[in-house]
Amino acid sequence: MKALLAWLDERTGWRGLGNKFLYHSIPGGAKWRHAWGTALLFAFVVQVITGFFLWTSYSPSAQTAWESVHYIQDEMTGGWLLRGIHHYTAQAFVVLLAAHLFQMVLYGLYRAPREVCFWLLLALPPLAIGMSATGWLLPYDQRGFWASRVPINIAGITPVIGPEIQKLAIGGNEFGHHTLTRFFAFHAGWLPPMLATVLLLHLYLLRRGGKAATDATSEAQKTTYWPDQALRDAALCLGVMLVVLALILVPKLAGLQSAFGVHLGAPADPSEPYSAARPEWFMLFLFQFLKYFPGGTEIWGAMIIPTVIGMFFALMPFLAKTRAGQKFNVAFLLALAAGWGALTYLAVSEDRRDAVYQQGVEDAEWEAGRIKVLARSPAGVPNSGALTLLRNDPLTQGPKLFAKHCASCHRYDGHDGTGKIPKDPQTASDLDGFATRDWIEGFLDPVRIDTTNYFGGTKFKDGKMSRFVKKDIAGYTLAQQAKLKQIIIALSAEAQLKSQLAVEQKEIADVRAGRRWITELGCTDCHAYRKPDPDASAPDLTGYASRRWLLGIIQDPTHPNYYGKKNDRMPAFGASQILSARERELIADWLRSDWYQPPK
Amino acid sequence: MQPEPQNHERRSFLKKTLAVCCGGAAVLAPVGAGVAVFLDPLRRKAEALRAIRVTTLDALPDDGVPRKFPVLANRTDAWNKFTQVPIGAVFLRRVAGGKIDAFNVACPHAGCYVDFMPEQEHFLCPCHNSTFAVNGRVNDPHSPSPRGLDTLVVEIRNKKEVWVKFQNFLPGQADKVPVA
Repeated sequence: MKALLAWLDERTGWRGLGNKFLYHSIPGGAKWRHAWGTALLFAFVVQVITGFFLWTSYSPSAQTAWESVHYIQDEMTGGWLLRGIHHYTAQAFVVLLAAHLFQMVLYGLYRAPREVCFWLLLALPPLAIGMSATGWLLPYDQRGFWASRVPINIAGITPVIGPEIQKLAIGGNEFGHHTLTRFFAFHAGWLPPMLATVLLLHLYLLRRGGKAATDATSEAQKTTYWPDQALRDAALCLGVMLVVLALILVPKLAGLQSAFGVHLGAPADPSEPYSAARPEWFMLFLFQFLKYFPGGTEIWGAMIIPTVIGMFFALMPFLAKTRAGQKFNVAFLLALAAGWGALTYLAVSEDRRDAVYQQGVEDAEWEAGRIKVLARSPAGVPNSGALTLLRNDPLTQGPKLFAKHCASCHRYDGHDGTGKIPKDPQTASDLDGFATRDWIEGFLDPVRIDTTNYFGGTKFKDGKMSRFVKKDIAGYTLAQQAKLKQIIIALSAEAQLKSQLAVEQKEIADVRAGRRWITELGCTDCHAYRKPDPDASAPDLTGYASRRWLLGIIQDPTHPNYYGKKNDRMPAFGASQILSARERELIADWLRSDWYQPPK
Repeated sequence: MQPEPQNHERRSFLKKTLAVCCGGAAVLAPVGAGVAVFLDPLRRKAEALRAIRVTTLDALPDDGVPRKFPVLANRTDAWNKFTQVPIGAVFLRRVAGGKIDAFNVACPHAGCYVDFMPEQEHFLCPCHNSTFAVNGRVNDPHSPSPRGLDTLVVEIRNKKEVWVKFQNFLPGQADKVPVA
């Protein structure tokens, strides 16, 4: 072994190189603040390692990006940890970069001969922002999608070539496959080598500058890199990794999250408004800053001012030649940091008071949870992507459609389906639990039939049915009441509701008896039931509130099987082409609580 | 005050060990998580062996000539689930006594799909020119294939439906070992 290493050394001189690296002297001895540069390099290396392994399972296209990230995170061994480390180390890199920049200014480390070294450092923030901006989009979830549109649109306001830059960045006119392939190519192929080159050159020049300083120091103050400084470097790197791991593990351990793993929203949907769109926390300041620039002047906030600040930083080493200049630099840096802090604080506190944003966050969280359930259902993710699952999910789409098309008259548990109270007064029934036993019981209750939750707001308030309930049913004997109870069970069973199937199976005798009483107690005087009745003047009770029945009444309530000519204001959503067939199905399924539920 | 040389040596050794340990610990999580994800496919098992309806007897003339049929089944590809897509193909051939031979079309040498040559009355692999007799056996001692075509279990259900227990086998070895 020794001979082999010696042979290799003769041909490569690796020992000399290694010794030069390990035993170079450090002016003034080992110090913790010398470790920032190494920690920065460490964070970069961690990104390269985790990035490579994510790459082995990631698939950049509009129908596979979210899906593959979901698969990495929720199905692959250790995937949540891998993605978590990549996610938080990216942020750690930004923090370490800021810390490193801070100490270079604070201790005047950029003075001759380190000007170039400092300039290289200044090239890192734009590269890091480039890495972040391209990385946000890659999971292709709602948050990343909407956050990425902002840098793209800012690039679009570049004078003269803005629209072309924008088109090139997104690979066309709309976000899609080529946006992802391009962002991914920059994120994994082009920016990392750039970043590595600049970072390594910077660290090399930092050492070289240090050497110049050591030559001037006395022998007694000298220490070598190995092992004193190396130990500090390694300890700081470990500290960084421990913080990253804590950020991943603590939310779950503290019970704030149901599973390990960083946030993955619902799949990107350009057609779905997303009021929770915000950039990553460290870019919130720019987001806030841009609020102060009236239309047409954003270029000042997004480009001119940041460029001027960057150029000023580049001049800092020369200013620092005088004591006053150095003081000014430090003051400028502190002012900038204070500005960053103030803007970030403003952004966060404004969001905290912003009800629209808070609702947006809540909705986004809900959809993120729902799509996970759907993606893990036995049907799985179709070829057309996970977004199809969400678009075809009654539980997701039903409330939105109900709020938009039904809630101007109907209610759902007192609200419009999404939890809001519509401004129009309620003039039709509350459809929460429609056709369940409880619902029908309320309908056939002499006290409740006239409330707005049933017929109170409609012209049927004084109709035959209402009179029947208030007069005949109100006067029922105990024996008749028992029969009515079975009618309710039988009528509710016509709906074939998923929530009642088991109990209906058990009480099949009541169901059968109730079917008899429907004819006997006089329902069929007006309603048709189980056989055609040309004289029927009220809705058909055959398959009442079943999917088919419900689709029929939504299609056209004026059809003789439903309200016929007596229909009170309800639009024919199908016949008048207000809603598509799929939308009508989604509403019907949602009202019947018929959606995918994971087994417990 | 100058520390004693021996003491200094010991402290230096401690520092070196500690530095290596800290550095190692720092990269443990990212490397570990990455390797775990990379090795995840090893944990995925092949679909359980099941009989698949391939065709009917009416579509398979009783002339001893092998015919190729696609095999359709539900398939999971990472996050995607597909219903009734081609997962492979088989050659079916009626033999004397109403029996049916079934061969996986994948050549046992390197997995290329073999073809039946009606004039020569043998199977030919287009990749390395392995040939197989009509009964699936290797018919040339110089053939690169280490074994004959892989036979599959056939069942006749409901008098005329041909069901095949479809399976792939590891190529390149003399024994027939199922892909697990």
